[in-house]
Amino acid sequence: MDETDKKILNLIQTGFPVAARPYAEIGEKTGLSEQEAFGRVKAMFDSGVIRRIGASFDSRGLGWTSTLCAMNTAPERIGEVAAIISEYPGVTHNYQRNHAMNLWFTLIAPDQEAVDRTLAEIEARAKSGKAHNLPMKRKFKIKVDFKFKEEDE
Amino acid sequence: MKKEITPEDARIMAELQRSLPMSLRPYKDIADKLGLTEDYVIQKTREYGEKKYYRRFGATLRHQKAGFKANGMGVWSVPDEADRQRLGEALAAYPEVSHAYERPSFEGWPFHLFTMIHGQTEEEVRAVAAKMARDTGIREYDVLFSTREFKKTSMQYFDHWPAAETAEQGEARR
Repeated sequence: MDETDKKILNLIQTGFPVAARPYAEIGEKTGLSEQEAFGRVKAMFDSGVIRRIGASFDSRGLGWTSTLCAMNTAPERIGEVAAIISEYPGVTHNYQRNHAMNLWFTLIAPDQEAVDRTLAEIEARAKSGKAHNLPMKRKFKIKVDFKFKEEDE
Repeated sequence: MKKEITPEDARIMAELQRSLPMSLRPYKDIADKLGLTEDYVIQKTREYGEKKYYRRFGATLRHQKAGFKANGMGVWSVPDEADRQRLGEALAAYPEVSHAYERPSFEGWPFHLFTMIHGQTEEEVRAVAAKMARDTGIREYDVLFSTREFKKTSMQYFDHWPAAETAEQGEARR
């Protein structure tokens, strides 16, 4: 990866052009032809440096509800219960943690009603007690440029 | 409030949350696939950004993670509601903390404030939490580490039931 590649990456990480010929725009800003800019991006995509080019949708922006949930599950059943929870597409993170409250998952749903319905269904299917809903009440900090590993609620 | 998203919006956004086709005219490829015009797809894509449906439209790189190897969920008991704003801000001020929230407590769970704490090792994270406890005077706290990952993915907003639901809403409107 040379300086030009880095320049392209900086540019398209912040914003990939939403225009008919995006690579002509990228080329213009980096001193390349449209073909050269495309060739470089394609090479970085093929080699895996670029994982994806697209939209990062935002649950809040879409008006959806996201929450953190916790369950106190018998340790010998945790794999089974976690598998049920992980089936739901709105569950994006699901971890065992070292506490009596041992199963933690995030849930994204179109509205509160869907959250309640999903948790009730999980409780009924898992038969492992209550799925506690812990929605954010107050936000003190979200450090967006922090490259954290989990819990992107 | 859930935003008005038409079945057509859901189809376009489903494409935008995948990776763009690797071609000189990616929006034309999407338009052709969906039976729309290139101009229309571009216009809608811009519109979703203006409406803040997405945070960012761009490239995601592999290995974006910095060198943090351990992260713990610090949970803090602050029974007096009146203290939570001040203590929440105090905990959030540590550079090792990426997220700080208040969440509800319940019987058997006496904690009110949550902080994600990052470090090189679990010991380091625990040491930061101990310092946070000393500095703030919070006596009851714990640090939870993940010991097993069952699922970690990014939300596929429009491929599953939300898309089906928007389609139903579209039906209901007709």
